[in-house]
Amino acid sequence: MSSAPEPAAFRYIGKQRRTKEDPRFVTGRGRYVADIALPGMKHVALVTSPHASARIKAIRTEAALAMEGVHYVLTGEELCANVDPLLVGVDTPKVVRYPLAHGVVRYAGEWIVAVVADSRALAEDAAEKVEIDYEPTPYVLDPEQALLPDAVLVHPDHGSNVLYRRTFTWGPVAEDFAHSQHQLSFRVHWGRSATVPIETFGVAAQWHPGTQLLDIWASIQMPKFPDQTARALRLPGNAVRVHFDVDVGGSYGVKRGIKHTVLVGYLAKRLGMPVRFIEDRLENMRGGDMHGPDRIFDMTAAFDGDGTIRSLKIRALDDVGAYAGRSPLQLGKPVGAIVGPYRINSVEYEPISVLTNKTAQEAVRGFGQAPTNYAIETAIDRIARHLGMDRIELRRKNFIAKDQFPYLIPSGSTYDSGDFEAVLDKALDAAKFDDLVAARDAAREAGRLAGIGIATCLEPSGGNSAFEPLFNPKNETTTWMDSCLVRVDLSGAITGVMNTSTSGQGHETLVSTVLGEVLERDPDSIRVVHADSLNALPSNSPVGSRMAIMLGGAAAGAAKKIKAALMAIAAHNLGVPEAALEYRDGNISVGDDASKSLSWDQLVEIAHRKFHKLPPGLEPGLQAKFVWEVPTGGGLPTADGRIQMYPCYSFEAHIVLVEIDPLTAQPKILDYVCGHDCGTMINPAIVHGMTYGGIAHGIGAALYEKFAFSDNGQLASQTFMDYLMPSAMEVPGIEIVDHCTRSPLTEFGQKGSGEAGYLGAPAAIASAINDALAALGKSVDELPMTPLAIWTTLQGESSK
Amino acid sequence: MSERLYKVRLKVNGKDVEAEVPSRQTLVDFLRDTLRLTGTHVGCEHGICGACSILLDNEPVRSCLMYAVQAEGCSVTTIEGLSNPDGTPGVLQDAFCEMHALQCGYCTPAMIVASHALLESNPAPSEAEIRDAIGGNLCRCTGYKQIVQAVQLAAENIAKGAK
Ligand code: FES
Ligand code: FES
Repeated sequence: MSSAPEPAAFRYIGKQRRTKEDPRFVTGRGRYVADIALPGMKHVALVTSPHASARIKAIRTEAALAMEGVHYVLTGEELCANVDPLLVGVDTPKVVRYPLAHGVVRYAGEWIVAVVADSRALAEDAAEKVEIDYEPTPYVLDPEQALLPDAVLVHPDHGSNVLYRRTFTWGPVAEDFAHSQHQLSFRVHWGRSATVPIETFGVAAQWHPGTQLLDIWASIQMPKFPDQTARALRLPGNAVRVHFDVDVGGSYGVKRGIKHTVLVGYLAKRLGMPVRFIEDRLENMRGGDMHGPDRIFDMTAAFDGDGTIRSLKIRALDDVGAYAGRSPLQLGKPVGAIVGPYRINSVEYEPISVLTNKTAQEAVRGFGQAPTNYAIETAIDRIARHLGMDRIELRRKNFIAKDQFPYLIPSGSTYDSGDFEAVLDKALDAAKFDDLVAARDAAREAGRLAGIGIATCLEPSGGNSAFEPLFNPKNETTTWMDSCLVRVDLSGAITGVMNTSTSGQGHETLVSTVLGEVLERDPDSIRVVHADSLNALPSNSPVGSRMAIMLGGAAAGAAKKIKAALMAIAAHNLGVPEAALEYRDGNISVGDDASKSLSWDQLVEIAHRKFHKLPPGLEPGLQAKFVWEVPTGGGLPTADGRIQMYPCYSFEAHIVLVEIDPLTAQPKILDYVCGHDCGTMINPAIVHGMTYGGIAHGIGAALYEKFAFSDNGQLASQTFMDYLMPSAMEVPGIEIVDHCTRSPLTEFGQKGSGEAGYLGAPAAIASAINDALAALGKSVDELPMTPLAIWTTLQGESSK
Repeated sequence: MSERLYKVRLKVNGKDVEAEVPSRQTLVDFLRDTLRLTGTHVGCEHGICGACSILLDNEPVRSCLMYAVQAEGCSVTTIEGLSNPDGTPGVLQDAFCEMHALQCGYCTPAMIVASHALLESNPAPSEAEIRDAIGGNLCRCTGYKQIVQAVQLAAENIAKGAK
């Protein structure tokens, strides 16, 4: 078990404390990329493809270039000759992706020409003057058709539309199926939605010819962003400086504007002028390449009459759109929690990543885990229904028990800790489950449609990149470190330096709380800054619910080094061994003897000014860095594809009551409880906020949000009038119940929570809708479960 | 061809402003780019997300759906005008900090503008009234709960005499 202290033993961790970041935002003093105004800055607008697939026959730019205030018109021909292609996560060298199309377009909305002008309005005017001749070509939109041998090829040189496909067999699948009393198969479809932050992606760049340095300000949340930018621009890494102190207006995974940045970086260097591009909402929705997973699951479960689930077969067909960055890897991350919270002995998993003529896919909160959780939880509900067993009992029967941790799952990951029963119990209590059932049944008796949803899901956290070598043997990335630098200055004030940008996760609060905890100094007095990429220690950015673990751990590690230096100084000057010393609030004394003590200020002064009092060998000044690898990380996959994915496993139990209006088929969420266990919470208000937000996002994915395409490949949901995000009217007053199973792998017992709520909410809401429809022998098997989908199902024949 | 400019006179956060603007410049672009009041944000430019909300003669409006010239003679209040005169957070802003009613902060100024307008007209709103008042403002981070709680807290604090 963990040696981490109980939360009550902490001074600042786990306490209700205000965040460091909020004051600047509530007064309108955030500094987002659109607030960066560089002298002489020019603006970009884009010409985009009206066709899902076409050959570009000619581009005429003269009229645009002739306009006053227009500085440049860039085509793919020039750009592709001068930059290198953007990286792809799997081994598909012929699937080439550049910021602008060259020769052909592969989806409607793809960027073709960039116009640079004195203002965005002028750039838009000029973009309208660019003439392009197209020859429309055949396209493929359906991922199943894209797999057929005679399918239209999105990238003909690649030879097929399949980016990645492999069948993994973990454990005795055939035997488990042969010995099971029951089998059940079904198909569910997770529709194409995304995180859609309220701030679109934006980037500003400035080239300094004198120093040969490219400065970048971007709304970014992306691992290896400076490195990938430099590579594509054919610059050494130290010629690109990314300013991580730009506030990011939400991301939840998708702010990976690498193509935007390469485009703008190229323009800034080429023109010798500062250039900025802020996507408008249309550019963002169609060509921002930020759509999320679009995944068809074919599931088969093998189980016994008593509810014991023995084995699962999962085929997951993911439509990534016309290009790939890291998107195929979103099928890889769920390998680390492929059996959910259940003791399932064996799994066959066939992930298939397929190209179609649609907007490209990007990382979305959970990196593919939320769709997988939806498929697994649907299986649990269906098995219960098949056996006539209570859904909760079935879950309890198959839960990994609290005393079985650490628990190795068939696909090679070890779950660190958990107490699933306790969290579920707390959620059921908080929901007053019996009352909920009574309310549902009363609604049904009154002739209304009502259902209760249940989902018990894992949130793997402490993100690493183990899916990279799993899906691409040529990629041997096993390092996924993060870091923190801590300085105590001559005045005794503490500064923590973090090495990535923040998009709402409260990292400044995280770092200051942890530093304050270890050094016993008031977090309010601690400043946290974001280094730029040339000053930064290594970081892999806040992906995969990792920062409480990785940045929190790095801050603790650095603070402990500071503390050790102070202890060494005190021992040397007080003439006693360190073991005789007591550290309290930053002051150090020999026991309680006030005459034998050194205050924080005195210790700091010795470190900075009094070399003659410094113990031999100790570095002067008072600073420490700590860089560390994700705990349990570092291994390559076995030949059969077993690997330790993320280290820590948070858990969430959702209970939801939904009523469906029988006339409009509009679902309404009447009650929502989420039991949540992410170990020790560093700042509960931040964890709760992210969980509420994750649930709200999950409600969107489950009921409203969809990037729908018309039959001719046009994105039908291009605005917030057709891509419907839940407002305060759709999101109910959610109740969260906390539980704390400390992780044995982290400094304070913390786990991650950045993806909390979203990983279970869609499954829970789908479960509720189908509980309501099951009374009529019907089900909806695709997200989002829109009123139209529910209404159509209600009108149709009973499926049973 | 340079664009023809039109004179516009208005009050912004209590100060008189006079400027020459192109007829097609939106009010939000004028506030952000010309006056450099960057606390007002842009999320959609088509009137749905509410991130650009400001007070126009004390009513919350979407500044992306108005031209700057249409604000002629009007009084505009942005988030910058809702802080205390010394720049510290006002009651509502303070309540947002207390309840952590935000994460990335992008929707926040507009949420505060919408909530401010509500509390001006209804000092003791119910939860349903709060949800209704912020129903035209999308937040992708918070799931709205802590925002509702912040507005409730601000209402209580104002009732107790906080300014
Ligand atoms: S920017 Fe004005 S409503 Fe979205
Ligand atoms: S706080 Fe990020 S959108 Fe509301």
